[in-house]
Amino acid sequence: MPDIDLDVTAHEHATRLRAGDYSARALAEATLVRVRAQEPALNAYITLTEERALAQADAADVRLRAGDGGPLTGVPIAVKDLLCTSGVRTTAGSHMLETFVPFYDATVVERLDAAGAVTVGKANLDEFAMGSSTEFSAFGPTHNPWALDRVPGGSSGGSAATVAARGVPLAIGTDTGGSIRQPAALCGILGLKPTYGRVSRFGVVAFASSLEQVGPFGRDAEDVARLLGVIAGPDERDATTAPLPVPDYTADFGRGLAGLRVGVPQQFLERGLGPGVREAVEEAIGVFEREGAIVDRSVTLPSADAALAVYYLIAPSEASANLARYDGVKYGFSFRDGSSVEEEMAETRSRGFGSEVKRRIMLGTYALSAGYYDAYYLKAQKVRTTITREFEAAFADHDLILTPTAPTTAFRLGEKLADPYAMYLNDLFTIPVNIGGNPAISVPCGFAEGLPVGLHLIAPHFQEGALLRAAHAYGSLTDWHTRRPHRIPAA
Amino acid sequence: MALTADEVRHIARLARVALSEDEVERMREQLSGILDQFAVLNDIDTEGVPPTAQSLDLANVERADEPRPSASTEDVLANAPRREDDYIRVRAVLDT
Repeated sequence: MPDIDLDVTAHEHATRLRAGDYSARALAEATLVRVRAQEPALNAYITLTEERALAQADAADVRLRAGDGGPLTGVPIAVKDLLCTSGVRTTAGSHMLETFVPFYDATVVERLDAAGAVTVGKANLDEFAMGSSTEFSAFGPTHNPWALDRVPGGSSGGSAATVAARGVPLAIGTDTGGSIRQPAALCGILGLKPTYGRVSRFGVVAFASSLEQVGPFGRDAEDVARLLGVIAGPDERDATTAPLPVPDYTADFGRGLAGLRVGVPQQFLERGLGPGVREAVEEAIGVFEREGAIVDRSVTLPSADAALAVYYLIAPSEASANLARYDGVKYGFSFRDGSSVEEEMAETRSRGFGSEVKRRIMLGTYALSAGYYDAYYLKAQKVRTTITREFEAAFADHDLILTPTAPTTAFRLGEKLADPYAMYLNDLFTIPVNIGGNPAISVPCGFAEGLPVGLHLIAPHFQEGALLRAAHAYGSLTDWHTRRPHRIPAA
Repeated sequence: MALTADEVRHIARLARVALSEDEVERMREQLSGILDQFAVLNDIDTEGVPPTAQSLDLANVERADEPRPSASTEDVLANAPRREDDYIRVRAVLDT
């Protein structure tokens, strides 16, 4: 077997694959060996898809030999286990779907396959993507590669952890309130939430349909840009995809940071931050300033503080409707020993769902129930309009808004499990973006007490190119994104 | 905003989630605590502000109404917990 450096980026693998330095098959085999060796420590995957990966690798080799390879042909990738994969079980991290095998691929999975990517496994997540630590997975928590006694963030924690640990160069996550960006920050990699409507949600197990998007994880801006370019674009099977062409997301690389108008809302820097987070973000702001960006600290998003409340009304309300389908009849876990239809349904849901999912179903059912709809759900939708308008006003004279991605670095496993609201506060800075439907990226910007800190950049709708331009420029001036955790397992 | 145990039982019934008495009490405490945080919304004046259901400026997206193959019976039934021939078997809903 040729000597393969598994620590390189996807675009470097693509170059080497095209040059014939090694085959996609050899890369897939080496990747599977490493990922398997890391699993006892990380638990980043719910299902490894070796057979599918090797078949895809062989198909990629045929294309590569014919000179027909694209940027992802033969490149290993992990897919959050919330996206349907034909013939491969798709659990959503839930006991409810532990044995569910879809008969079709999500559009994103289909596009990855068409691009020649090699899917090595289905990554761990908080049950139905509800959580910020991956501790709510029915398949056990994922561990942070930087400190195994800490969480990787969530809900896409498995995707972030395996990329950070150099298991795979790329991964797919979903982001409903921060579920790509927060784990990217806590694991020291890049993660991008696209504009609502940029990427198809067809075949994604639904949680909060008006908020969630599928998006890429990677270890540099070029990889994130290329992966986004493959998965983005209209899909007739998802009527909420925007009928807009997909640009080359690397087109503005090289334009640097000069002239970028960057708004820094002080409200996100002044309170509730863990030790070292503000310092790392301020240092990053200094890099932007030195490179000629115009940093404006007078920008405000006055209602953004209410975004958390808006989110925890809208998302659970949508979830309570979306998860009504799990009734034990058509598919999924089914309790059959009751004495009535209603008892069997209620027991199916009680035993099939975990505690956080039940909490959110209850919250959403309450917010939508007779007598409370106007006070909670409708009020939240109106404040959603207010928050959206504030973003629009801020972007009238700014290209980007900059905040920390998360208030703290990775916390210890178990630390926030007893207090649901403390867990929700992790997403304080990321949630307003889902409320507004904007795109945003988390980029590594330093360390606090040895743990990664993420820089959060937000752009106007469909300006993913501006995010990636800034991420690329920042990444060429700093080397935070190249830092890696200790080898797992320790060699 | 403190929920009562009866309110929690009522919501659980609406959501078709069976809860033990311990779970009712835990859910009552946790949901009450979360609802308290929503008071912040009352500080925002939304007089005359329309609600937003989704952030995309799209409405009534249609595609051509053309017949096309749909999922096969076998595919659809493969995950059914209880199957009988080409049907999903369910408990009787009405007493006979």
